[in-house]
Amino acid sequence: MLDRRAFVQELLADRKDLLVVSGLGCPTYDTAACGDHPLNFYLWGAMGGAAMIGLGLALAQPARRVLVLTGDGEALMGLGSLATIGVKQPGNLAIVVLDNQHYGETGMQPSHTRAGIDLVAAAKACRFANALHISEIGAVDRVRDLVQTGRGPILVQARISSDATPRVLPTRDGHAVKLRFMEALAKSCG
Amino acid sequence: MENSAKTGLQWPDAIYAQFRRVGVRQVGYVPDAGHSRLIELCTRDPDIHDVVLTTEQEGVGLVAGAALGGQRAALLMQSSGVGNCINMFSLLRSCGFPCLILVTMRGEFAEFNPWQVPMGSITEASLKLCGFQTYRAEEPGDVDGMVGGGCDMAFSCDLQVAILLSQRLIGCKQWTK
Repeated sequence: MLDRRAFVQELLADRKDLLVVSGLGCPTYDTAACGDHPLNFYLWGAMGGAAMIGLGLALAQPARRVLVLTGDGEALMGLGSLATIGVKQPGNLAIVVLDNQHYGETGMQPSHTRAGIDLVAAAKACRFANALHISEIGAVDRVRDLVQTGRGPILVQARISSDATPRVLPTRDGHAVKLRFMEALAKSCG
Repeated sequence: MENSAKTGLQWPDAIYAQFRRVGVRQVGYVPDAGHSRLIELCTRDPDIHDVVLTTEQEGVGLVAGAALGGQRAALLMQSSGVGNCINMFSLLRSCGFPCLILVTMRGEFAEFNPWQVPMGSITEASLKLCGFQTYRAEEPGDVDGMVGGGCDMAFSCDLQVAILLSQRLIGCKQWTK
C-alpha cells in the first residue's frame, strides 16, 4: 500500500504546467502539503463534482494537462461523471483516486471500494483510454508520465494506507483560489 | 411536442443567438423535449462543446471548470433537474463562478403528470434560496431580451442567473396521439 503523502509528493514533483483540482478532505490537504501552487484549485465542498470540474477545465484548455486528485468517497459520489467524461473523451484529463477505502473526514466508515467496487473497471466500461490500479510507490513514475503525457481520459485507482496524516490546510476562500488560478493560467498561457 | 410552430416564433433560436453573441463555449444538458431544438443548434456548432450529462448536478461542476479555464458555459435543464443540483450550487457561490441556466418548466400550466408538480412548484423559490437571480419568460417575445440580459449579468458580474421558460411558452407534453 502507498503512503498518501509520499505518493502525492512524487506525483506532483516536476509538475510542469499541470493544472490540479483537488477533491475535498484529505486530497486537498495532500495537495497543499506538497507546497501551495497557484495552479491548484482546492475544493472544500462540492462532493462528487471534482471530475466534472476537471472536464470543464480540460475542454477549455485543450493544450494543457489537467489532473483531478480525489478520494474514493468523492469519486463514488460522482460515478455518473465517468460516463459523461467517457462520451467527451478528453485526451488531456487524468483522475487519480487516492483510495483508502474509507470516509476519512467522517470517522473512517468503510466506503464502497472496501466492498470491492472497482473504479478502474467502471472507468474502462466508460471508455477511458487508460485505467489502472496501483499500490506500490515504484509505479509512481509511470503514473506521473501518464498524467503528464498519456492519452486521456485516464483513471488511476491508487491504493493508499488508511493511516491518519497531519492536516495541511490551504485557504478556504474559494474566490481567492479561483482568481489566483485564473490569473496564473492566463499568465502561463502567454 | 412543441407548439412553437403554432406561434411561428422560434425562441430556441433567440437563445442560441445570445449564446453566440456572448461567446458561450460549453453547454451542458440532460436530454429534454423542451430544449430539443436548442440542444440541436448547440451540438451542430463546432465552436461549442456540447456535454450530455447523466444528472444535472454534473453541469454545475462543468460550469465551474469552464470558468477556471477561461470559457463561458451555460446549462439547459428541466425544472426537476434544479432539485438535483442544490448542494452543488454551493460551489458557484463559494467561489463566485458565473452561471447561466435555462430551465424548461414542468408541473405548472396544464401539466398532465402530477409527479412533476412537487418540484416544479418550488423550482423558482429553490433557485432564489441558492442565490440565483431568476427571470421568468411567459411569451416567446420575452425570451430574447431576458436571455440577453441574463447572459450579461452572469458573465460580466460573476452572478448565478436562471431563466425560467414557462410551460405555457414551451407547450405541454402531448401524451395522446
